[in-house]
Amino acid sequence: MKLRRLIVSLAIVILLAGVLTSASVFAQDEGPQPTPSDNEVNEIAKNMYCPVCENIPLDVCGTTACAQWREQIREKLAEGWTKEQIYDLFVNLYGDRVLAEPPRRGINWLVYVIPPAVFLVGVVVLYMGFKSWKKPVEEVVQEIPETEAKDDYVSRLEDELKKRN
Amino acid sequence: MTDEKEFASIPEMDEKDKKSPLGQILIWLAVAGLLGIVAIQLNKSQQGSVQVGEVAPAFVLTTFEGEQISTEELAGKVILVNFWASWCNPCELEAADLQTAWTMYKDTGQVVFLGVDWSDTETEALAYMKRFGITYPNGPDYGTRISQAYRTQGVPETYVIDRAGNLAYVKIGPFTSLSEITNVIDPLLGP
Repeated sequence: MKLRRLIVSLAIVILLAGVLTSASVFAQDEGPQPTPSDNEVNEIAKNMYCPVCENIPLDVCGTTACAQWREQIREKLAEGWTKEQIYDLFVNLYGDRVLAEPPRRGINWLVYVIPPAVFLVGVVVLYMGFKSWKKPVEEVVQEIPETEAKDDYVSRLEDELKKRN
Repeated sequence: MTDEKEFASIPEMDEKDKKSPLGQILIWLAVAGLLGIVAIQLNKSQQGSVQVGEVAPAFVLTTFEGEQISTEELAGKVILVNFWASWCNPCELEAADLQTAWTMYKDTGQVVFLGVDWSDTETEALAYMKRFGITYPNGPDYGTRISQAYRTQGVPETYVIDRAGNLAYVKIGPFTSLSEITNVIDPLLGP
C-alpha cells in the first residue's frame, strides 16, 4: 500500500516537473531577445585595446577592466548604438589609443604614409641598382700628350734603358 | 680632334655623377625628421612620472556630476590628486583612508581632494564610490589627458600639489594608512 502511494507521489512530482520545465522553455522562446551576444560584442571589441593591457585585444583580454569595457559595449549595442558610435564613445573617453587602427588624422597619417613611401623608395633604389649592374662600364681612356707626360726623369730613364738594350 | 672629344666628355660625366643637392637635402631632412619623432616618443615614454619639485601640470576635471574643476583656480590650496579605477584592487586598500582624510580636511578650506577615474566605466565607478562612501569630487579622465600629463604608469597613484602649485609628493601604489596621508598634507598647510 505504502509502495503504491510512493509510486503515485513520484509520478505526480515527475509530471509537475515536466510541465514546469516545458512551460519555462516555452516562456523563454516567446520572451524578448537577451542582451547582445558575446560574438556581437567581440566583433567590436576585437578592434580595440584597453590602456591597462595594451598588447592584448579587448575581445580576448581577461582583466576586470576589459570585462567592464565589453559590458559597456554590450549595453550600448542593446541601446541600439552603431559600431561607429561605440568606437567614437570610447575614443572620446579614453583617447585614440583604444583603437587597433589609428584614425587617419594628424600625426597618425605618418603610420599610413611612411611604410608605403619607404617601400616605393626601396623599389626605386633596387631598380636603379639592378639597372646599373647591367650597363657595361665604359672605360675612359685619356690620351695624355707626350710632351706633358714625359718629364725629365722619365726621359732620362728611357734613354738609359735604350742604351742598355 | 680626339683630344677635344675626350676632354669634353669629362665634365659631362661629373654632372651625371653628381646627384641633385635639393633631393639629397630633402631626403636627409625626412630622415632627420623621422628620427626626431622617434626620439621624442622614446624620451616621453622613458621620462617616468612627474617629479617632486616640478610645476604640477594644470588640468580641468569634469566630475561625474558635470561640474568643472580647474586646478589653476585652486591656486593657494593644497591639492591631492588620486588616480584610481573601480577594477583596481589596490585602490580599494586606500579608498576608505582617503575618504576619512577628506572629511578631516574639507572644512579647513585649505585642502582639495580630486579623484581621477582612469580607464573605467562610469557605472562601475559610481558603484565603487557608493561602496566606499566617497564624497570628494571625482570624474573620469577623458581621453586619458590628465594621466598623460602626469605620465602615470597605472593606478593607484597619488600626487600632492603644494600651495605654490609645485608637486610636493608622489605616491605610486596605495596609501597603507590614514597617518601616511596626513603626514604628507599637514606639513604643507599654512600656520
